[in-house]
Amino acid sequence: MVDAHQDAKKAKPVYRNIGLAQLIKYRLPWAGKVSILHRISGAALFLLLPFMLYLFDQSLASELSFMQFQEFTDHILVKLICLGLIWSFLHHFCAGIRYLLLDLEIGVEKIAAQKSAIIVLIVSLTLTAAIGAKLFGLF
Amino acid sequence: MSTNNIGPKRLVVGAHYGLKEWIIQRITAVVMVVFTIVLLVAYFVSGGATYEAWAGLFSNQLMKLLTFLTFLSVFYHAWIGIRDIWMDYIKPVAIRLTLQVLTVLWLVACAAYAAEILWKV
Repeated sequence: MVDAHQDAKKAKPVYRNIGLAQLIKYRLPWAGKVSILHRISGAALFLLLPFMLYLFDQSLASELSFMQFQEFTDHILVKLICLGLIWSFLHHFCAGIRYLLLDLEIGVEKIAAQKSAIIVLIVSLTLTAAIGAKLFGLF
Repeated sequence: MSTNNIGPKRLVVGAHYGLKEWIIQRITAVVMVVFTIVLLVAYFVSGGATYEAWAGLFSNQLMKLLTFLTFLSVFYHAWIGIRDIWMDYIKPVAIRLTLQVLTVLWLVACAAYAAEILWKV
């Protein structure tokens, strides 16, 4: 019994000061995936703030600029960037609500926290897919 | 901040132990969630994707103020988040400080741009 326990422990790889090459093999739990994506999506939203403000400006300034805004956002590359931003927003939004609930001590147990992490991923990806379909004129 | 910070009362880390930023990040998050819902409802009630409806929405002074407050929440929230990223990954103090200063300048410039956009309509 003791030996089996030690064997199981030995088989488990231990990472200390994890390097970039090891990072690819490292399997994060769902909550960990949500967490790192929360950080990445936040950084993306931060970096593209001026781009979003520019789009907001174009859409509001005048009727002419509104038409230019429509033309600009009709470009496939702009649409893809917008879709990336939409996913970033939705993921950051959903994961953020999960963190607010965790702060209120709602769903902090292991199973509940794992479930809510999966729900965050499913909801944000489903909404992104739906908005993406609308953006690319599939419906 | 306590003025008597000698001996056992000495403050051993900076950033107020992070509590102030932690609570501000949560408050600004709630502001953004509320505004997202308000904007979605207002968008669909006002009649959707025409210039008239969209510009009409933001010509309202109350909407301008709500939007601007939300923008400020976004920028403060972003400051805390990006500051955390620099503190986690960038160890040399000089580089970290430079990046933090650039982050603040970036966000203040964004705030000025946001104000200009809103009060132009």
